[in-house]
Amino acid sequence: MIPVTGPDGDPQPPPHGEAASDEVVVDARGLRCPAPIVALARAARSLPPGTRVTVLATDPAAATDVPAWARMRGHRHLATARGEDDVLRLTVELQAPKPAQA
Amino acid sequence: MGGTRRVVLDAGGHAPLLPRAREAFAAALDEGWADPRRLHAEGRRARALLDGAREAIAAELGARTEEVDLAPSHTAALHAAVRTVALGRRRAGADVVVGAVERAAVLHAADFVAARGGGRRVVVPVARDGRVDADAMLAALAQPGVAMVALQHANGETGTRQPVGHVHAAARAAGVPLLVDAGASVGHVAVGDDWDVLAAGAADWGGPAGLGVLVTRAGVRRTPDGPSDDDRWFPGGVAVPAALAAAVALQEAVADLAAADAARRALVARVRDRVAREVPDVEVVGDPLDRLPHVVTFSCLYVDGEALTSALDEAGFAVGSGSACTSDTLEPSHVLAAMGVLTHGNVRLALPRGTRADDVERFCDVLPGIVADVRGRLGVSDL
Repeated sequence: MIPVTGPDGDPQPPPHGEAASDEVVVDARGLRCPAPIVALARAARSLPPGTRVTVLATDPAAATDVPAWARMRGHRHLATARGEDDVLRLTVELQAPKPAQA
Repeated sequence: MGGTRRVVLDAGGHAPLLPRAREAFAAALDEGWADPRRLHAEGRRARALLDGAREAIAAELGARTEEVDLAPSHTAALHAAVRTVALGRRRAGADVVVGAVERAAVLHAADFVAARGGGRRVVVPVARDGRVDADAMLAALAQPGVAMVALQHANGETGTRQPVGHVHAAARAAGVPLLVDAGASVGHVAVGDDWDVLAAGAADWGGPAGLGVLVTRAGVRRTPDGPSDDDRWFPGGVAVPAALAAAVALQEAVADLAAADAARRALVARVRDRVAREVPDVEVVGDPLDRLPHVVTFSCLYVDGEALTSALDEAGFAVGSGSACTSDTLEPSHVLAAMGVLTHGNVRLALPRGTRADDVERFCDVLPGIVADVRGRLGVSDL
């Protein structure tokens, strides 16, 4: 997997052969709360259900906020890993869109 | 402020001073200015005020006077509780069992004594509502090598009450002393007697800042941890006016407890209901029923807590936040993180006694617009 979105970029499929076509990476390293979650939500908006999105983050709040976002929005949090570089890698699987609360 | 009336909804740990406490403080400056350790008439008068304050605080907490020590702050009381009890229990073990949502002072003190004694800080997780896993805590405290266990009476950020009765029974059976941090509860709810060591701070119940209380049941072994002093537990003692004002405030708070509970419990229920219904993408956290009467917290998706608290401040409302961007360390609240709830966009309310219903309605009226404004500024309204 390689980063395919910046904080404001539209997600694109990873280059051919780099990763499964249903995997997307959101690079939120260096961003502070709530920017990593905003980047994730922005990326998720145009991706189909079943897509796995991995957020790379250095903000410690992301460890809690990514799973909490997934729960609030009806997505699934699959895994959290912390690399040797201290970068958090949080993976969620998008589910069918949940209508916004009234 | 532009003529807007200030509405303080952030009284946790620092409530506005109650009127009678202010009078008592001023009177004690006149009558009790002298050194209470002196033997002359002025010193004896100061001593009498200090002793009276200690006796009154003990009575309100259901303790004997000699079990009560006065501390220079709530934090100092918690640190001393952990340090002196762990030292007194060093032959039994060096591990300290704590709930994951204990106050930072407890967690840091547990780290300190565990490192010093070659033990571990054993952290017991909490559920999504912030309540500690009682079975896990019971299992942890029954292990060999445990010096003490700490579990708060209720959480000051979320209001969720903890199973102190259950844990105290097990701790007693295991012969392990239980420290209960009642800093968010005293003066707001009856604290009961499910504890061996109890700590609180006067500023939370409407007394002055700079006065903490530590109550240690007879039979709990503790050892002074520092240079010797007339006051073995809190070297240098405390200010007499602060002690007297704290005692008077506690008497006033306890006398008014039932009425203040009912009034503020209804206001918090109103906030919980209106925020959940009227603010999109919000999560109101903490136990909705088994909670403190005056505390509520919620988090708004895609909003930064600092922007939210600043906008509310401009609108006349003083509120707290557990979001990382509002803390000195840029770390989010360990309480919210332990519960697994959203840490950004967090607003924390602790209603002082006497909070007016119309102010709370006005807060609920302006909040959805302020959240929408902040989201608009951040360009996240479409998410």
